[in-house]
Amino acid sequence: MSHVSTAVLLVAALALAACNNPDRYGTGGAGAGGIDSTGLGGANDPASVAYFNQTVGDRVLFAVDQSSLDDAARATLAGQARWLMTNGDYAVIIEGHADEQGTREYNLALGARRASAVQDFLISQGVAASRMRTVSYGKERPIEVCSVEACYSKNRRAVTVLSQGAGA
Amino acid sequence: MTLFRNLASAFALTLAGLAAAPLTALAQTGPLHIVITDGVIDPLPFAVPDFVAENAAAAEHAANIARVIASDLSGTGLFAEIPAAAHISRVTSFDAPVSYPDWKAINAQALITGAVSASGDQIVVKFRLFDVFSGQQLGEGLQFAGTAQSWRRMAHKVADAAYSRITGEGGYFDSRVVFVAESGPKNQRAKRLGVMDYDGANVSYLTDSASIVLAPRFSPTGDRILFTSYASGFPQIYLMDAASLQTRSLDEQPGTMTFAPRFAPDGRTVVFSLERGGNTDIYTVDTETGALNQLTNAPSIETAPSFSPDGSRIVFESDRSGTQQLYIMAAGGGEAQRVSNGAGRYGTPVWSPRGDYIAFTKQNEGRFHIGVMLLNGQEERLLTASFLDEGPTWAPNGRVIMFTRETAGEGGQPALYSVDISGRNLRQVTTETPASDPAWSPLLP
Repeated sequence: MSHVSTAVLLVAALALAACNNPDRYGTGGAGAGGIDSTGLGGANDPASVAYFNQTVGDRVLFAVDQSSLDDAARATLAGQARWLMTNGDYAVIIEGHADEQGTREYNLALGARRASAVQDFLISQGVAASRMRTVSYGKERPIEVCSVEACYSKNRRAVTVLSQGAGA
Repeated sequence: MTLFRNLASAFALTLAGLAAAPLTALAQTGPLHIVITDGVIDPLPFAVPDFVAENAAAAEHAANIARVIASDLSGTGLFAEIPAAAHISRVTSFDAPVSYPDWKAINAQALITGAVSASGDQIVVKFRLFDVFSGQQLGEGLQFAGTAQSWRRMAHKVADAAYSRITGEGGYFDSRVVFVAESGPKNQRAKRLGVMDYDGANVSYLTDSASIVLAPRFSPTGDRILFTSYASGFPQIYLMDAASLQTRSLDEQPGTMTFAPRFAPDGRTVVFSLERGGNTDIYTVDTETGALNQLTNAPSIETAPSFSPDGSRIVFESDRSGTQQLYIMAAGGGEAQRVSNGAGRYGTPVWSPRGDYIAFTKQNEGRFHIGVMLLNGQEERLLTASFLDEGPTWAPNGRVIMFTRETAGEGGQPALYSVDISGRNLRQVTTETPASDPAWSPLLP
C-alpha cells in the first residue's frame, strides 16, 4: 500500500469504504494533510520524507518577535532529531521565516535567529552540525497570505527541509 | 517676514504668500521665493507654455519638454500650473519681450519660457525663468544640449533649475530610482531589480526573476548598485555595475548570510549586516581589497546601517534594548548612542543627504509609519501611517522621501510612494508593476 496511486486509491475507496481512511496517509505535523505524497515515499513508511514532513513534523512555530522554542516545538524537534539520527543519509536546510509585521531587514535577522535556534536544538539532540545549514527568508515567503494572526502564527516558522545524499 | 531666516528649524516645504507680501526687500535670491517653513500651503501659480520649436524637427520635443517641466513642478505640491487654455499671451519667440501684464492677469507668479532646436540626434534646450509680479528675469537663461533620447533629462534639468531658484533648495528631478519590481501571488512573489527616472519614466530591468532580490542601493555617484540576492540559495550581497550590469559577490563566507548593504560616502567602503550562527552584526568591507571590519559585536540584532554624509558616523537599528531602536556610532564602530525614544519600534534609519535628519520606519500599535527625527532623536515627526509603510529613501535634496507601502490581505501589493518631510504631498509613484524597496540616486551630472 505504500506506493498506491491516487487512482488506485480512489477505486479502492469506492469499492471498499473501510479502506478510505486518511489516517493511513498521515495527518500529523503541519504538513499537507490528506494530499497524496507521491514521490516522497509513502507517509506510513517511517523512512520516507513524507513521514518526516507529516508525521514527525517538519516545522515549528514561534511567538511574535521571538525565537525561543516552546514545549511543542521541542517535542517536534526531538522527533526530528531521532529521525535524522536513524536516517543518516539526509542533510537538512533549516529555513527561518517571519510574518509580515516587521521591516524587511529585521525579519531577515529574526528568521536567522529562529533557524539557528532549531539548529542548536538538533545539535543538542545529537544531530551532526555538518549535516545542517540554515537560511532565512525573513518575510519573503509566507505560506499563509491573510493579514491576521491566524495566518501570521503559521508564517512565524522554522522548516526543516530534507535533501538526500548531501549529508556528512 | 522672518520666515526667510527660519530654514534650519523648519520642516514644511510651503509657500510664502507672494501676492500678499512685499517681499522684494527681504529675499536674497530675488523677490520670487518659496520658503521652507510651516504654515502656508497654497501652491505658487506658474505657467510653462509649450517651448518654441526653433525648427520643425524640434516640435514634438518642444511640447513634451514643457509638459514634463510642469509635471515635475506640480508634483512637488509647491506649485500649481495655470493651464495653457487660460494663457492670454502666446510665446512665439524665445527672445521676444515677456508681456508681464498678460501673465499677471491670470495670476501666474512664475513663468518659464524656452525653446528647442533639433539637429540630427542632438537637441538644444534653452529656458528662462521670470518673476512676473516684479517684472524681472530670475537668474540667467540656461541652455542644455544632448541627445534627443535624453529629452526628459533636459526637461528635468530645467525644472530643477526653476525649483532651485525659487526655493533656494537643491533640485531632485534629474535623478533615478532603483527598486524591486514584484509579480505573482503573495506566497510566491517573484522579484527583480528595476531602475527608472524619479517619476517612473524610462524603466528598465537589471535582473531576471530567477532569484529573490532585495533592497538595492546606489553608490554615491550612481554608477554602481548594491543589493541582496538569493542567487546562491542563501542571501548574499552583490555589487552591480549600473552600465554593464556586471555583478559580483561581495562576501562569500560559507554559513553566513549578508544583507542590508549601503555605501559609505567614499564610494569604496560598504557597510552591511552579516549573520553567523543566528546572530547579526554590522561589518564593513572594502570593495577594492575585500578587507572585512567588524563594527558591532553583540548578541542582539544589529542591522540597517546608514552612513552620515560626511562619513564619520553610522546610524543603525538594534534590538539590544529588547525592541528595535535607532543608534548612532562612529564609522569605525565602538560605543553607540541610542537616538530613538518614543513608543514603538524603530527600524531602517537613513541619514539625510543634508545631514540634518534621520528618516526611519516606525511600528506602533499595529500601524507602520515613515518618520523623520533630528540626530539627537528630538522633533520626531511621523509623515505617514498605514497597514505597512517601510524603507524610506531620501531625494537628493533631502526634502522628499520615497518608501514602500504594502496593502493588507491575500491580494496585498506593494507600491512606491513619496512624501515631503513636512508630511504633505503624499503621492503614489507610477510603476509598471507592484514595486518595493526604492533607493534614490544622487542628482545626475
